[in-house]
Amino acid sequence: MADMSQGRSNVPVGGSQATAQKTISGSKGLDFAEPLIFEMGEDGRTGVDLPDVSVSDDRLGGMRRKDAVGLPGLSEPQVVRHYTRLSQKNYGIDSGFYPLGSCTMKHNPRINEKVARMKGLGDLHPLQPTSTAQGALELIDTLATWIKTLCGMPAVAMSPAAGAHGELCGMMAIKAALEDRGEADVRKRVLVPESAHGTNPATAAACGFTVDSIPATDRGRVDFDAFKAKLGPDVAGIMLTNPNTCGLFENEVIDIADAIHDAGGYFYCDGANFNAIVGRVRPGDLGIDCMHLNLHKTFSTPHGGGGPGAGPVVLSEALAPFAPVPYVVHDADGFKMVEHKADSDAKPFGRLKGNHGQMGVFIRALAFMISHGSDGLRQASTDAVLNANYLRVKLQDVMSVSFDGMCMHEVLFDDHFLKDTGVTTLDFAKAMIDEGFHPMTMYFPLVVHGALLMEPTESESKETLDLYIETLRGLNERAQSGDAQFFKDAPVLTPRRRLDETAAARKPVLRWTPPAE
Amino acid sequence: MRYLPHTEKDRKAMLEAIGASTVEDMFCDVPAQALLDEPVDLPSFVGEMEVERTFADFAAKNLSPSSAPSFLGAGAYRHHVPATVDYLVQRGEFLTAYTPYQPEVSQGTLQYLYEFQTQVALMTGMEVANASMYDGATATAEAVMMAVRATRRHRAVLAGGLHPHYFDVTKTSAHSLNIDLVHPDSDPTRPADPASVIDLIDEQTACVVVQSPDMFGRVIDLRPIAEAAHARGALVVAVTTEVVSLGLLEAPGNQGADIVAAEGQSLGNALSYGGPYVGLFATTSKLVRQMPGRVTGETQDVEGERGWVLTLSTREQHIRREKATSNICTNAGLCALAFTIHASLLGEEGLSRLARINHANACKLADMLIGIDGVELMNDSFFNEFTVKLSKPAEQVVEALAERGILGGVPITRLLPERDDLANFLLVTVTETNSDADMDALVLALEEIL
Repeated sequence: MADMSQGRSNVPVGGSQATAQKTISGSKGLDFAEPLIFEMGEDGRTGVDLPDVSVSDDRLGGMRRKDAVGLPGLSEPQVVRHYTRLSQKNYGIDSGFYPLGSCTMKHNPRINEKVARMKGLGDLHPLQPTSTAQGALELIDTLATWIKTLCGMPAVAMSPAAGAHGELCGMMAIKAALEDRGEADVRKRVLVPESAHGTNPATAAACGFTVDSIPATDRGRVDFDAFKAKLGPDVAGIMLTNPNTCGLFENEVIDIADAIHDAGGYFYCDGANFNAIVGRVRPGDLGIDCMHLNLHKTFSTPHGGGGPGAGPVVLSEALAPFAPVPYVVHDADGFKMVEHKADSDAKPFGRLKGNHGQMGVFIRALAFMISHGSDGLRQASTDAVLNANYLRVKLQDVMSVSFDGMCMHEVLFDDHFLKDTGVTTLDFAKAMIDEGFHPMTMYFPLVVHGALLMEPTESESKETLDLYIETLRGLNERAQSGDAQFFKDAPVLTPRRRLDETAAARKPVLRWTPPAE
Repeated sequence: MRYLPHTEKDRKAMLEAIGASTVEDMFCDVPAQALLDEPVDLPSFVGEMEVERTFADFAAKNLSPSSAPSFLGAGAYRHHVPATVDYLVQRGEFLTAYTPYQPEVSQGTLQYLYEFQTQVALMTGMEVANASMYDGATATAEAVMMAVRATRRHRAVLAGGLHPHYFDVTKTSAHSLNIDLVHPDSDPTRPADPASVIDLIDEQTACVVVQSPDMFGRVIDLRPIAEAAHARGALVVAVTTEVVSLGLLEAPGNQGADIVAAEGQSLGNALSYGGPYVGLFATTSKLVRQMPGRVTGETQDVEGERGWVLTLSTREQHIRREKATSNICTNAGLCALAFTIHASLLGEEGLSRLARINHANACKLADMLIGIDGVELMNDSFFNEFTVKLSKPAEQVVEALAERGILGGVPITRLLPERDDLANFLLVTVTETNSDADMDALVLALEEIL
């Protein structure tokens, strides 16, 4: 167990018993016991000072609220402490290495936060006259130019709010193009590789398409022959992630594009993994028709515990006319916003969200792009790929890499190396938490057994990767030594230990309710 | 480059370890004709100071609502956000976390989402809420699709007072799924008439969607509409674009709503030229398994300690794929946190006072505007925004106001360009941020322009 002896002991002083030690307050040092905000309030307390104005019912349409809302009363210091304590129960990219595959957890620069809050940007109202928001429209247009240039595509729809929303945008553009050709009633089938993100089939279904799954080869790529066999006059298109969710570049992508076009369909590319190829490959050169970008992944806007994001969609000449409203146009008089179908000289398929898009996310993403520049973005994607390949070669002798050869910016392992140890992918991941690392993505993609998908990003130093490698090698050694219980018990050093998800789903408790009087 | 830790020495050592002689070796699976030899044609990297300057230049070309009297609303509202909110949401552990897939190291996110769900349920008067949607418009579209699933009917009635963006987003989704939408025009010169909606509800109707206060600012009584809808087996989707109104107006849950879709931007979130905002989505326990989006639930860990996890995930795309209730994945987590912190600071009394101040200020300005020749107030009822009919086209008046440094409101035709009959109608919004001086400035300018 030599590897386990380096650094600090991974059980608290006093041995594993210490984790069960109860304190009087419920807190354990910096691990604070923190009630729900609803369990803390007192009537008569407030965290804001507002005048107590009385209003008549005359103009309320007889609809004045009769009952109290039920919000607790707290002072400002109580609120600050409550949310500070909650924050300390969280792991973020600021806290440590977060190799969550498919999520691109890279550093979130604070200058981006600062500029997003600038007066004249953060406080702009979406419906102020466009004559008073020329800088905002210019900013959107500038970001659009960077995106189009990096992707080698002629157009971009800016309004989608997230990756899945971008997928919806792309698939609706395809549907609109098929309607324009008079083929929408015939072309109802969308081909989706079995390794795809769940959002792909869900999106196709939300657009009224049926989903037909394409198998993968033993090299982790789309089975080209199986794909070709599925082509027909009822095919609307293919949704393909490239680089794919196995962390591999689809080397036959241009042939796939040609084949889908020959069959009369369109090529939707899922751009979740764009971070591998920014500045090295323009998706437009691969023959795609549309692709969403996750600005919150590739261009580093904070994930914020699950959003917000932004999912602009680049579009080919064939699909550009169908881009949704609103969009920015530019003429001699300055920038304008086309907000309604009736004002468009193209054929927009509709509107996807309120207002014009995720401006706050646009600002941060553009700040990230400008900071890096063309050269820096190319270096960043290269470092991301370098880091993933480094993990691959440094772990491949003890963990089972699913597919041979170079990977892109993420590397996929399966649970073959844990065979006969009694340790599962989940157990292994939980043990990583005790070691101070956020686990990789588990059990995705579905094409390998017990997947462990690692995405290190360009933000990580060699020192961090080396410590991570050493840790995983040590954990593996422990797993091979027959100490399965160690993994079953993990994590033990977290604010909560393993949580009962089955019970949560069987009898859902989704909100606090006041205790019965 | 300040964000990239590797030195050239590191890169060389790592390439050697990989067994690659050049960087290009790692991209060997990319078809050669698609591999770029050099960076694309965009500017080179810059330091932080230059970045700040670039964005200051963009900002300088805009008229900031913080430095101009602003009466803009129509779904996006300028409220005072306590400094505490923005400080707390920028804590790195909140800001830089992902969706809480590993609950043991995400209890902070999960607990605030549970608090958010509870606050939304309390304000809307509903039993349960989800962990947020993108915005109010997409929440409304999702609500209609949920009603279609729950009732297995394919027709929806959307009242004329629904925000046009909300209608357009719903229409875009409905088109893909062959859902029929019925959407009568609304006449802001008369009080909202529930019969205009009730008469359209039939036995094939999945839901009726009603916004209150509606796009003209009118407060709508949902009860007669809900009664008629339920009698025909249809669900009621209540929409609110201004969540602060719930501090003064009756909760939709107490008026028969089955689903509430709302915009939560007003609490905690900057206007930010239209996004990111936070969609609120609440419903009944009975319908919860048809609900879209993520949801946090209470549970226990192996030591019996209370904790939180994402739950009911068998509704979601990563499990159900094409059979999921929605394709949504990323939502508006951090905006939900801002909402929750602001609501926690307000508390019961704060929310009530804030709502009353908004209404009182709106009443004050409405009374001032009535005194101007060429201004006619359309509303009998309103919360913090109302529609006025001007003697000149509203878009023209708004431009003239902007030249005087005043953001005077939203012309109805900005939202409904096809309604030529409403060319002179202006939606005016007043919040706690509007001072008496702001209102005086608007009145003076309108007297000059009209």
